[in-house]
Amino acid sequence: MRDHATEFPTRTQDETHTVGCTVNGREYEAVVDPRMTLADFLREKLRLTGTHLGCEHGVCGACTVIVDGAATRSCLMLAVQADGAQVETVEGLAEDGELSPLQCAFKRNHALQCGFCTPGFLMSVTAALREESVTTEEQAREVLSGNICRCTGYTGLVKSVLEASAGKEGNA
Amino acid sequence: MSDTLVPEGTMIGRRVERREDERLLTGHGGYLDDLDLPDALAAAFLRSPHAHAKILSFDATEALTLPGVVAVFSGADLMEIQKPLAPKVQHPQLRDYPRLPMPPQELHYVGEPLAVVVAESRYIAEDALELIEVDFEVLPAVASTAVALQENGPLAHSGDESNVAVLLTQSAGDAAKALAEAPNVLSEEFFVMRGGGHSMETRGVAARFEMATGQVTIWDTTQAPHYARQQLSVIYEMAEDDIRVIAPADVGGGFGPKAQFYGEEVVIPWVAMKLGRAVKWVEDRQENMVTSMMERSQTHRVDVGFDDNGLLLAVKDVIEHDQGAYCAGLQVPSITTSTVPGPYHVPNIEIELRACYTNMVPTSSVRGAGRPQAVFVMERMIDRIAEHLGLDPADVRRRNLIQADEFPYKVGIMFRDGSPLTYDSGDFPTLLEGTLERIGYTEARERQAKLREEGRYVGIGLSVYIEGCGLGPYEGAKIRLTNKGRILVTLAAAGQGQGYETVYAQIAADGIGLDMDYIEVKTGDTSRIPFGQGTFASRITATCGPAVMDAAKQMRERLIDTAAVLLGCDASEVDFVGDKACLGGDLEKSVSLQQLAQTANIGKHGITMPRGIKAGIETSSYFSPERAAYASGAHAALVEVDPETGEIEILKYVIGHDCGNVINPLLVDGQVLGGFAHGIGNAMYEEPVYDVEGQPQATSYLDYALVSATEVPPVELFHIQTPSPLNPLGVKGAGEGGTIPAPATIANAVEDALRPLRARVTRAPITPARIVDAIHRAESTSADQD
Ligand code: FES
Ligand code: FES
Repeated sequence: MRDHATEFPTRTQDETHTVGCTVNGREYEAVVDPRMTLADFLREKLRLTGTHLGCEHGVCGACTVIVDGAATRSCLMLAVQADGAQVETVEGLAEDGELSPLQCAFKRNHALQCGFCTPGFLMSVTAALREESVTTEEQAREVLSGNICRCTGYTGLVKSVLEASAGKEGNA
Repeated sequence: MSDTLVPEGTMIGRRVERREDERLLTGHGGYLDDLDLPDALAAAFLRSPHAHAKILSFDATEALTLPGVVAVFSGADLMEIQKPLAPKVQHPQLRDYPRLPMPPQELHYVGEPLAVVVAESRYIAEDALELIEVDFEVLPAVASTAVALQENGPLAHSGDESNVAVLLTQSAGDAAKALAEAPNVLSEEFFVMRGGGHSMETRGVAARFEMATGQVTIWDTTQAPHYARQQLSVIYEMAEDDIRVIAPADVGGGFGPKAQFYGEEVVIPWVAMKLGRAVKWVEDRQENMVTSMMERSQTHRVDVGFDDNGLLLAVKDVIEHDQGAYCAGLQVPSITTSTVPGPYHVPNIEIELRACYTNMVPTSSVRGAGRPQAVFVMERMIDRIAEHLGLDPADVRRRNLIQADEFPYKVGIMFRDGSPLTYDSGDFPTLLEGTLERIGYTEARERQAKLREEGRYVGIGLSVYIEGCGLGPYEGAKIRLTNKGRILVTLAAAGQGQGYETVYAQIAADGIGLDMDYIEVKTGDTSRIPFGQGTFASRITATCGPAVMDAAKQMRERLIDTAAVLLGCDASEVDFVGDKACLGGDLEKSVSLQQLAQTANIGKHGITMPRGIKAGIETSSYFSPERAAYASGAHAALVEVDPETGEIEILKYVIGHDCGNVINPLLVDGQVLGGFAHGIGNAMYEEPVYDVEGQPQATSYLDYALVSATEVPPVELFHIQTPSPLNPLGVKGAGEGGTIPAPATIANAVEDALRPLRARVTRAPITPARIVDAIHRAESTSADQD
């Protein structure tokens, strides 16, 4: 685990803020420029590079993380807004090296190729499945529709959502 | 598709899950922007806001005073690297304009880089861009092929004599004569827009110079690291061994644009060398929208002659191709010209290409690369022939298709690789029939007739296509027994999500006869393997696959021979059990891969090798195909169109696909289905619009629509396998077949749905607004006639 949180002094801005938040159950504190996005904070300050930037204008969903339980586009949120928040990123999904049922479903169904969009999809779907189960293909496509994947054509993603959701009900 | 027919013990043909997935699923991928380059500076480019302009003055004084800014270079500050980036595919008649990395004087498209800022962070670098003062003289811009080819129109490059890049004609037989004599001739003009690659990861380059060795290491999201190194060694006048280009193990999609070579790839490493600091530039999405090469529009004016049974007699097609501001290569239009005849017997062909310069970002290959346009034209005309003669469009296809016993089939014109266009193998009728059966063609026609009576507009669209793939010149592989006793397969090819680490381990496992677990695959690093070409044109499986297989077989021999010496037996008695080479399958009489490495590779300093052992267990192989292989397929769509709103609903979609032998069905399906989504984007949504001044209008995903899961319909996919005789694995390419015929299929379906209204579909993408327009136009034409 690399923790550069305290090693990056801010260089040029007069006005800086200290952000303290919990990411994947671990507490971090860092000094940031007020304009730094949450995505850049996670990637550059915390070196959690699993969160990706595909558009930086809120459309592709690659940067999706879960903030206080809600799927959030980290390219549209400032780091300072996450002060005191509970943040979950893709790095926190697997527990003790065990892939989550959704991650397993992605692998089984070839729901990823280049993998760049994958963390965003995983986080969006994880948040959605916590709210309600998905039983039809149409619902699955609806859940996936906030994220863009250029590689897979979505077939494997749709299957994965359905399988993970069914599995989740089965475990409950 | 299942792998139940795969013989036990072989990996080729098996549905193996990917090795890449675990790291990608847990957020531990290593994409370019994830690299840990301590103290790397961030770069940002200042880009032309005009489609065509002269730089009158440049002043970065204020930018340089901003704290955190390290340097600013304009094009004029870097004259030593202002050398042309050569077009990839050339032609002696091409009038080429030098494309400079960062032009110091005249700029030719919006987004062309004109200066670079290097700063402590990207935030600061972008602040500095705003402080640079540039005076421009704005010049008239060319923003379409129609304007480019008009007489006395504006010139894309000041002082040029015309905007024509190249005029070429390909012909077989005598199309003019055949058209004059044909009992039926139909003509149409089509306009097909392609759109960009839109890999979810944008382009990026990082570089670090090692003063002590004089070597520069470059991380580049390129699809072709060896190609990039070759270009750089010429421009920098540096030995190729001093330039190491690494395409990171994880690259977030390519789709063509990353196979090209760009000015930023020249500027960033150079600046890193000048400053003696690591420098990183990652393209943002807005830059990607205006500066990554895309395919754009082609206009086709086509005439077809045919007899009363619908048999093709002649095809003449005049193509206007938008080359953009510079010629990055003639690959796209030359693929288009050779794809027009498709899977059909066309006795007389004449194809004329007019490629021209415009003031828009240069065009180059995007998944499908010139083929979707050609297929659109031919397949639309086949439907028109059926309509004209009152025949079933499936029957017109049946009558004209090249039959399964006609291979190798010579078309009569040339392919882009310089060889006579020859199809190696295929079975187009089986593809068509299989597709018709799965779409339920006969019932669909009946249903269509019934629904028409109810005033509903249901249509069926068909397409059959061919795809030249697996192009030369060559691709290679190196295999080594590592000192740890594992097998390392090194490819020059760089992947962007295709699963090379899995697929090539499968092939190597079969070649060596060893479990995949002991085999590791590394890709895309010029320091690990000297020669390579790159990933493009669905070529890697058919070129790299055979190379890996050959190197793996040699490796087996080397391992077994070495083991036989150590075991004191004959090579024929040795086989692998796990990672041990055993005499007669007996683990008691065995040597491990580690022991083989210890003996033949590590050795003992100063001690004589055991007699009979050859030092250094490493093999390599390069495979050069004789010519391109041909994948093929058929698509069918059932759609309903709402004539009020122009909305298209895809009710059913079937794909029949033939890419020869399949190495991993899971991944091949993934390629086809992914390509299909891209094809749906091309058919219905994606359009990089420029206004008449050459200003791009679609510069975010709010204006440029990429399909999401709700726009892509479910697909029924089936495969047939006609092995290619051109390579020992019998494989062809699979990366583009899902994309190529989708626009044609949807267009055919929509026009078929609207046939009672006589609306004409002549443009792709087919948007609701265009459909409503076409219906109105048809109404006013028929009103005029009444
Ligand atoms: S990067 Fe945040 S939505 Fe695309
Ligand atoms: S896997 Fe490449 S963008 Fe989704």
